[in-house]
Amino acid sequence: MTLTHYLILSFILFGIGVAGVLVRRNVIVVLMSLELIFNSVNISLAAFSYYLQSLNGTVFVILSITVAAAEVAIGLAILVAVYRTRKAVNVDELDEMKG
Amino acid sequence: MFEQFFFYIFATVAIVSAICVISVRNPVHSAVFLIVCLLQVAAIFVLLRSPFLAAAQVFIYVGAVMVLFLFAVMVLDMGKAHWKEHLHGQSAPAAVLAGILFILLGYMALKGRMTAPLGTYNEAALVKNTEVVGRALFTKYIFPFEVVSVILLLALVGAIALVMREKRP
Amino acid sequence: MPIETLNVNLLSILPMALVAILALSMLVLDFFLKKGDKGAIGYLSIIGLLIVLPIASNAIEGAPAFGGMVIADAFSAFFNCIFILAAVFALYLSVDYLKRINSETGEYYYIVLFAVAGMMVMSSANDLIALYVGIELMALSFYVLTAFRVRDTKSSEGGLKYFVLGALSSGILLYGISFTYGFSGTTNISDIARLAGGAGANNTFMLLGVVLTAAGFAFKIAAFPFHVWAPDAYEGAPTPVTALISIGSKAASFAVFLRVFIVAFPAFQSHWWKLLWALSAATMLYGSVVAIPQKNIIRMLAYSSIAHAGVILIGIVALNGAGAAGVMYYLLVYAFMNMGAFAIVMYLGRVRGNGEYVSDYAGMSSRHPVIAFLMALFLLSLAGIPPTGGFMAKFFILSAAIKARYYWLAAIGVVSTAISLFFYARVVFYMYMKDAEGDSPAPAGRPALAYDVVIYITAAMTMLLGLYPAPFMEIAIKAVEPLIR
Repeated sequence: MTLTHYLILSFILFGIGVAGVLVRRNVIVVLMSLELIFNSVNISLAAFSYYLQSLNGTVFVILSITVAAAEVAIGLAILVAVYRTRKAVNVDELDEMKG
Repeated sequence: MFEQFFFYIFATVAIVSAICVISVRNPVHSAVFLIVCLLQVAAIFVLLRSPFLAAAQVFIYVGAVMVLFLFAVMVLDMGKAHWKEHLHGQSAPAAVLAGILFILLGYMALKGRMTAPLGTYNEAALVKNTEVVGRALFTKYIFPFEVVSVILLLALVGAIALVMREKRP
Repeated sequence: MPIETLNVNLLSILPMALVAILALSMLVLDFFLKKGDKGAIGYLSIIGLLIVLPIASNAIEGAPAFGGMVIADAFSAFFNCIFILAAVFALYLSVDYLKRINSETGEYYYIVLFAVAGMMVMSSANDLIALYVGIELMALSFYVLTAFRVRDTKSSEGGLKYFVLGALSSGILLYGISFTYGFSGTTNISDIARLAGGAGANNTFMLLGVVLTAAGFAFKIAAFPFHVWAPDAYEGAPTPVTALISIGSKAASFAVFLRVFIVAFPAFQSHWWKLLWALSAATMLYGSVVAIPQKNIIRMLAYSSIAHAGVILIGIVALNGAGAAGVMYYLLVYAFMNMGAFAIVMYLGRVRGNGEYVSDYAGMSSRHPVIAFLMALFLLSLAGIPPTGGFMAKFFILSAAIKARYYWLAAIGVVSTAISLFFYARVVFYMYMKDAEGDSPAPAGRPALAYDVVIYITAAMTMLLGLYPAPFMEIAIKAVEPLIR
């Protein structure tokens, strides 16, 4: 087992997450893709922490998991607010503003 | 040897379920696949000798975040109409962009070498992983830890402010 | 780690701790106030921030504290003052604004205070972990504030776009931080520089770290390919929040941009200067060209703020003391002139019920001669015409670029300034040369005192910074001296 294995797994998940954000229109699925991105970053942080034998990465993962949870709460609250006014959950239906 | 075998199982399941998350039509199915993927990530944390991270991952992500997602899917009451989602008009350039990013990242990540001096968080410390992490959180990392507690309070207040206000006259 | 080596020094976190305590006490006070009295929270927050202001400007302690997580130096004190001033102006204008849109709530005020606390954490972060949590505290507050006008579809839509792109940028930034950590084995900003250099300078981990971190920051300052969220978020957000995002969020993001790139990454300058050079040139030109056809004045100001971000980036590319100090001076001037322009937009919305479109400014010189004159002052300052503060700010940045021999970048800066004159001058033209079409709408009541106070103070500061820049520039130069090696 080497660091490279974990980094490859991490960047594959990162790529899938970015692709999800860019390609999907359903906002909930976009939020899930963002979670994939944060998880891929956590894998690389934890792997670096293990192979560098330094604690920073592990602590960073704990804090980043917590921040991600807070972010999801806010994101879904905004989504509910949008849904109440627009009844829309797809990105390209959000076309109130142009220019 | 054993470890490698398990790593490949976890990694394969994680990647396949991640692809399913972004490709299935029904958001509820996406959420279920995301749970599978997050559980594999927790298992990867165990392989990296960080049981505390694995526990936090299961509790916070699978326990709290995913329940929130499923609640949102239900509250927003996405009928079957919303499942028939077509891909963006710009999906082709977006996919090309993601592909280029992916290849570039992979190339650079593979070429990189660790040059930094190793720290003291070695096998002996890893045995007491949870204790060491807890100690660090409340000494060296107390400042970001406190800031994160403010972030959680903000998320609570903010979510309530956005969602509950409509009820008032 | 033994507690003695942590350097637990409360002075170094005093400003942000005080702001956080202020926010918490406002939160408690909110329970005891009746619905109509929520404005009191706004005024109390302003008083609290004004008390924190002298403390923040004096809380200077050279050494990193709390295990190297935070550092309270002159650099962070300078930025903390900008944040507090911007927040005071924005809160003062908000009290009347919230009354007008009929959604007076206490949450609004203390979420603004949380955002200020987040910006302060960013400006004094000496570790990538503290930096990340600071960015998130600020950004999450702004997502909520942008979507705050729940009855308006534009607001929640702008909030959602801001949120999705902001979270994506956080992910990219975090990935960059993780590679930086993987390369150097530490997240401490000053230690990264110590471990970098020599053979490590060509390590691809470090390269990835620099590129992804720069991309993450570019999102936060709304630089060209990453600017998509800015116009929509600016238009959708309550106008005082728009002003605060364009000033505070930009200043805080530039503070971390500066600290990370001149303290942690100078050894890789040969790699990143081309990247930031292209980013800066593209942002300046794009912002000024796209602002020209805008009809909505807030969208116009949004694109103008994108162009300004490009100009400020020049100061980071130059990587010398003059450039970094120029960035700080520019952000100080920008805080006053942009806040003034937004205050006038809100003032017109208050007294005339419009002011959203450029055409609403027709004939303003005859109806509100003083306000029209001051609006012209702010716009000319934004365009960089002497003798206003905007001119001095541009002058400092461009001369730093010339000193560092980035002649082409300086030339592009001048060209973009010339282009930007078009759209700033168009508003002035409407105000002075055109007559209003049709009847002017009936005045919607006497405007609150807040508008006058904010407009006059910002106008005075804009002129002062243009005519007498030396003392402020000296403070900025002294503040960046310890950072530049």
